[in-house]
Amino acid sequence: MSQETLQVFIDGVVRYFHHTNDKNVKVGTPYLVENNKPAAYDVTGIIGISGPYRGCVYFTAPRILLKHLLLSIGESDTSNEHIFDLVGEVANTISGNARSRFGHEFMISVPVMIEGAPNHIHLPAQMRSYVIPVYWKAYHAAVVICLEQ
Amino acid sequence: MLSLMIVDDSNIIRRKIERCNDSDRFRVVAAAANGIEALELFKQTRPQVVTMDLTMPEMDGIACIEQLMALDSKLRILVISALSDKATGISALKKGARGFLCKPFTDDQLLEALTELTED
Repeated sequence: MSQETLQVFIDGVVRYFHHTNDKNVKVGTPYLVENNKPAAYDVTGIIGISGPYRGCVYFTAPRILLKHLLLSIGESDTSNEHIFDLVGEVANTISGNARSRFGHEFMISVPVMIEGAPNHIHLPAQMRSYVIPVYWKAYHAAVVICLEQ
Repeated sequence: MLSLMIVDDSNIIRRKIERCNDSDRFRVVAAAANGIEALELFKQTRPQVVTMDLTMPEMDGIACIEQLMALDSKLRILVISALSDKATGISALKKGARGFLCKPFTDDQLLEALTELTED
């Protein structure tokens, strides 16, 4: 995967946090992981990708980050339902925004939200994923890209 | 005052749009989580303005816009979507949408887009 492709998703996650009340987000250096040891926090929103690129993009974060993120976008109800909704919406927004670079053939699914790490259905064991670390407030999260062309 | 229906599969986005609406100009009469629900609620409530997500289960936003416009050709639809490519925007406008707001968005951007949509 090219640096340019990764940059599309880095820009996407930074753009998302810049639309919250706490814009001070930092992104770490991306790194590769084997899919049999996927990066994951408490809750994960997965977007399936089809078209010229195939695979998935997911956003994974601890519950406490998502609770603060809900408050930061003006949502006072930090119930579990809204935490799952938000993690899916962040993944959807980052993936959807990537179409400004990849075009309408970069097809994205509706989000699937789970606790913990995606399984082999979303994350083929023979592939590797790029992890983009995200630092916001005192918390760590990640955008993970598993795509083949 | 204009009646408004919000269509988005995310409850937090539906609530965000409802919260930041100017209550002097818009009255939210319905909120739907997908295109099929939106069509049913449209027939019951007949809103003048609709905010429409595109990526939704059951029936997506583009198909829903087409069906809503067949029911009411004067309906004013603002697409609010993360899909930021030009082709998607053009496709929505061709089906009858009058504006496009890209997610993520601020309250000010939403109010500005709704104002532009309803000025004429």
